Amino acid sequence: MQQTKQRLLTGNKALAEAIRLEMERDPNVFVMGEDVGVYGGIFGATEGLFQKFGPERVIDTPISETAFIGAAIGAAAEGMRPIVELMFVDFFGVCMDQIYNHMAKIPYMSGGRVKLPMVLMTAVGGGYSDAAQHSQTLYATFAHLPGMKVVAPSTPYDLKGMMISAIRDDNPVVFMFHKTLQGLGWMDQLDASIGHVPEEAYTVPLGKANIVREGTDITIVGIQMTVHQALEAAKRLEQQGIQAEVIDLRSLVPLDKETIIQSVKKTHRLLVVDEDYLSYGMTAEIAAIAAEHCLYDLEAPVKRIAVPDVPIPYSRPLEQFVLPNADKIFREAIQLVNE
Amino acid sequence: MAISKDHLLWMYETMYKIRCYEDKMAEAYAEGKSPVFNIGAGPVPGEMHLATGQEPAAAGMCVHLKKEDTVTAPHRPHHHAIAKGVDLNRMTAEIFGKATGLGKGKGGHMHLFDPDVKFSCGGIVGAGIPHALGAALAAKKRGTDWVAVAFIGEGAANQGAFHESLNMAALWKLPLIVVIENNQYGISVPKTASTAVPSNDVRAAAYGIKGYYVKDNDPIDMYNVSKEAVERARTGQGPSIIEIETYRYLGHFQGDPEVYRDKNEVTLLRQKDPIIRLRNYLLNECGVTEETIAQLENKATFEVDQAYAFARESDYPKPEEALEDVFV
Repeated sequence: MQQTKQRLLTGNKALAEAIRLEMERDPNVFVMGEDVGVYGGIFGATEGLFQKFGPERVIDTPISETAFIGAAIGAAAEGMRPIVELMFVDFFGVCMDQIYNHMAKIPYMSGGRVKLPMVLMTAVGGGYSDAAQHSQTLYATFAHLPGMKVVAPSTPYDLKGMMISAIRDDNPVVFMFHKTLQGLGWMDQLDASIGHVPEEAYTVPLGKANIVREGTDITIVGIQMTVHQALEAAKRLEQQGIQAEVIDLRSLVPLDKETIIQSVKKTHRLLVVDEDYLSYGMTAEIAAIAAEHCLYDLEAPVKRIAVPDVPIPYSRPLEQFVLPNADKIFREAIQLVNE
Repeated sequence: MAISKDHLLWMYETMYKIRCYEDKMAEAYAEGKSPVFNIGAGPVPGEMHLATGQEPAAAGMCVHLKKEDTVTAPHRPHHHAIAKGVDLNRMTAEIFGKATGLGKGKGGHMHLFDPDVKFSCGGIVGAGIPHALGAALAAKKRGTDWVAVAFIGEGAANQGAFHESLNMAALWKLPLIVVIENNQYGISVPKTASTAVPSNDVRAAAYGIKGYYVKDNDPIDMYNVSKEAVERARTGQGPSIIEIETYRYLGHFQGDPEVYRDKNEVTLLRQKDPIIRLRNYLLNECGVTEETIAQLENKATFEVDQAYAFARESDYPKPEEALEDVFV
């Protein structure tokens, strides 16, 4: 087999490269947010952009999320293509009116006459003791509300390709990146946060799940960090003679139901893993899809692993207890296969 | 300051048209709602916030605007929409929930969007200011002389969006004008019970920008002040706040029992009606004839009648069209 040269990038560099390429391609693209300029974004998503494009196109804002997210809406309505960063998704509380009552609803309320081609980029995820106001993913909070695409890529390759798709999309896109998958020097070093990323611009479609590991005995559905945990669990399951199929959802809205249904029809068992809260969340949605479309293909009840309806605690043992991990997935999968 | 007679005639026609429009809307809204008032009944269901009495703010500002300038308006938006030149037929059809409406019946009276003349409005108090801020930012980034105007009520000046947006507009010297229509009440709460300063123009000092105050719903004064603010914005001199003391003759919404104000209040206000005052000014100070006035009034009435006829004759959307336009 011919060896192709691998160009390895961290998640944050892949993301910044996507934005750079689109800014070079389209003068209407600009970035706005807190510390996105000289600092390069607290989680590195805009690294190097200020130096390249200057303060007119990479705009540091005051701590005024309502005003700058609202301004992105106003600029998008004028045909610009803003990317705004909400530093932590947890800060949505101070600006959710702009996000939900305006960004998500204006295209609909205008009968499709007003387009809002904007990206709301935001950092999600815990696991590093940042406690209840800085560790959530809130995937389902956004995905529940119609009018926004909601994506959450898990590899550097997808971060770049899906960011380019998001910028080119004429709909508002909530683009969630996982802090620990950015590959930053000051967080846990995970192999998953570094990956092959081609130099040129390319797109990865929004709304298409990815089967990241094929298997025949059980389907494990995850997103972002839980995909990597599921892959680790799958390796150990293989040693037990169990072939797990792992699906990376990548997009919550639109949701690729078909890939999930086809996989369940093949494996007859479904485990859904989420770093968001358990109740009324993504795991429940996937379970409902299975119940509606392939209930009779299931040989065992659907199982779910998610944050057990408590705020994310601070202390390490407490936090590790509530977050999903490979061990929990492994144990649950073994039980499910033996049922 | 030199006042253009043509501008004043346009203002008169616009204010008259707004008044006709709102009067006719009050009638249409009442249809099907008696003897028992049911907010969801009749050809125009839902909440209805009319701007009767508040015409000078919209006309006095929009006379200085061009098509490329952006206007955002609040939940009481008809006067701004008409003054900005929103398609009256499609606007009315939207309020009647018809397929020919601006938003194909998905928006309604508080959510009118006409990108052709860069007009939008919304039902969340203060939320339109950041949108105008973004339009002003886009105008500056593109090197145009376009301006953005956010019309808000005096209650919205106490929202965080007001402070955040004006700080940013001042910081970046953006062509943003915030027009505060102080109609004295936030639903039932008088301004004295909600606002720590006697008038919101003084809040301009907090951002180092220009603040203007227009007393007693005066259309000419509103014209002059707006002219200066728009010129400043167009020439890169940054944002302004204008507060106009205005009056809402009707309830906060149609059906408001108005227990919070004296029954005589509106009677007295109507005696100094701004449309009558502008009419007299045109007749007495500008040499305009009664005939010219009558022509303008007839033209306005005709347009309004036509818009209502268009709305009534239009079809409702097909129910399943509710599923369209979530994504473009």
